[in-house]
Amino acid sequence: MIEVKNLTKKYGSHTVVKHLNFTIDEGKIYGFLGPNGAGKSTTMNMITGCLPMTEGEVVIDGHDIFSDPVEAKKCIGYLPEIPPLYPELTPEEYLTFVAEAKGCADPAGAVADAMEKTDITGMKDRLIKNLSKGYKQRVGIAQALLGNPKLIILDEPTVGLDPRQIIEIRGLIRMLGEKHTVILSSHILAEISAVCDHVMIISHGRMVASDTLDNIEKAYNSENVLRVRARGEAKRISAMLRAEKDVADFELDEMRDGTCNIAIHAAPGVTLNETIFRLFADAKCPILTMTDSGLSLEEIFVKLTSDNDAGDDEDEEVGEEGEEEEEEDEAPAPVSAPAPKKPAAPTEESASEALKNEYHFLFSRKDEDEDEDEEEDVTGEEKDDGDDDDDDDDYKPLFSGKGR
Amino acid sequence: MKSVFKKELKAYFAGMTGWIVLAFLVLAAGFSSWLYNFYMAYATYETSLTLVVYVLLFVIPILTMRSLSEEKQRRTDQLLFTLPMKVSDIVIAKYFAMVTVFAIPCGVMCLIPLIMCLYGHVMLGVAYSAILAFFLLGCALIAVGMFMSSLTESQIIAAVLTFAVLLLFLLMPTLAGLLPQTALASYIAFTAVVLLLALLLYYLSKNYWASFFLAAILEIPLLILFVTKKEIFEGAFQKVLDWFSVFSRLDSFLGYGLFDLTALVYFISIACAFVFFTVQSVEKKRYA
Repeated sequence: MIEVKNLTKKYGSHTVVKHLNFTIDEGKIYGFLGPNGAGKSTTMNMITGCLPMTEGEVVIDGHDIFSDPVEAKKCIGYLPEIPPLYPELTPEEYLTFVAEAKGCADPAGAVADAMEKTDITGMKDRLIKNLSKGYKQRVGIAQALLGNPKLIILDEPTVGLDPRQIIEIRGLIRMLGEKHTVILSSHILAEISAVCDHVMIISHGRMVASDTLDNIEKAYNSENVLRVRARGEAKRISAMLRAEKDVADFELDEMRDGTCNIAIHAAPGVTLNETIFRLFADAKCPILTMTDSGLSLEEIFVKLTSDNDAGDDEDEEVGEEGEEEEEEDEAPAPVSAPAPKKPAAPTEESASEALKNEYHFLFSRKDEDEDEDEEEDVTGEEKDDGDDDDDDDDYKPLFSGKGR
Repeated sequence: MKSVFKKELKAYFAGMTGWIVLAFLVLAAGFSSWLYNFYMAYATYETSLTLVVYVLLFVIPILTMRSLSEEKQRRTDQLLFTLPMKVSDIVIAKYFAMVTVFAIPCGVMCLIPLIMCLYGHVMLGVAYSAILAFFLLGCALIAVGMFMSSLTESQIIAAVLTFAVLLLFLLMPTLAGLLPQTALASYIAFTAVVLLLALLLYYLSKNYWASFFLAAILEIPLLILFVTKKEIFEGAFQKVLDWFSVFSRLDSFLGYGLFDLTALVYFISIACAFVFFTVQSVEKKRYA
């Protein structure tokens, strides 16, 4: 359906998109995930022919977007980040214009159909400038549907909508996915995981992962970690765990209320849950909570999108090792950090605060606008706050090869 | 192409722009005709157009300023670019929409000679050829304005730029007379123009080598010519400037009642050239 080869975009000396390669197959919903400023919109603009690429090529259904734009564009319906609406027209007039411009055989029918699908029929005679943001967004989506394109590209379609509308739009996207190939960009993970078959994570203009969500999760959670909160003396528990042969490693935090938070790493190929239960029961240390988890999706996202900003501009030659070293070196001192970022906006939830501290070296190296989203993602999950810093390096080589 | 044309035309009359242009031109034509033909009793309709021409100076920027800059400002250009249409088709459709808006008051003007016929003998052929020339002059200026609009995101800047260029066109004969006539002065002026062209190319393409190359290609023959045949430079720059005095091409129609085919061809060429430049300027934004 789409082939993207070596796609690169430079603005002056700043490279926004770096050598992207991917193909998109027919009939799936693809999610383009990445923090703001990762190059999602730029990539989409290049795919749709709104923006020239510095290097590389985009072939849509056999038509090169550069040399055969008219044919290629017949296959695309595009909703840019800012819906391209004419405020002085009504939705019906606007959609009729687009339908005619796209050469629909039956413009009136196509418009009625698109309005039906996006549920804007009731608004068809109001001026677009008087519509709410949500309805404007829907008119934008309706515009992308016109002409029945094989491929529908939506750039952050749910931004600015209320939760009910978001759910509706997601339903609509899922429905579209039955007949069309859909590419959807977002910086919101929940959205991608709710809708998409396939996820491509972009960070700093590079593809850092491209797979189904399940596979990404699996690949990053090869390690078997059990998080336990139990009541008991720290010394006794650690002695007990040390004696257990199936436990490869553990970290223990003693809490003030006499409980301990423990992250237990199992030896390879062993499931610890029952062993741990018996062990603690025998020792008369009641288990308060036990969760079976490695990294949550949010954590994987944070990791993936912050791992490879070492080679931010032209120094693509820096190898894996070099980058890893840098990561640890930079941990205490934010080298290239924008000054006000480090203390970061104070958040009430202590859990997210803890997580932020844990990843402070990641946050401290963020670009300005990314930072906010990252925080959003982090605050979204509060369940675990005691992860270990030192397994950072293990995750990296799994996926990072793709984008280089 | 038809759809863009229809949408544009609708946009002009959904907003104020189309009505303002219409009102101003009709008012100016009516007033001017009253003044010259009915009050001062000239029997030639074309004389009254001399006043209307000045109104173009204000009306054309108002008409053209939104054509492309507004699309850019609202990001609707992204929609146009994803339509299965050539950029040239879009630009031409927009151009003809503006020409159509301009044609309406010109059509109204066509009625005035007929009204004059009620009171005496009017040379209708001369009157209508003058209106035709006036219309084509407008078409040429609209193309210039559209080009200016393609250069910027701001409608205000587009309007001011267009106004400045039109004013320059209007004052060109006077300005040309003020410049020194010597060969050296002409040579320096030509060199300055070459540099400006190279700078413009650099601004449009951001390509050092292309602009350097252009400067070299134009400047070297100029220098050779200056050294070998100095005499042809005498007053040459004035002649070139005179060539750009778009408004004065109308003189033969308005002043002498002549049908000057070269002027009509000239207006049409200016229009084609600037429509072409506009297409390049819009394409460049996508493919530079």
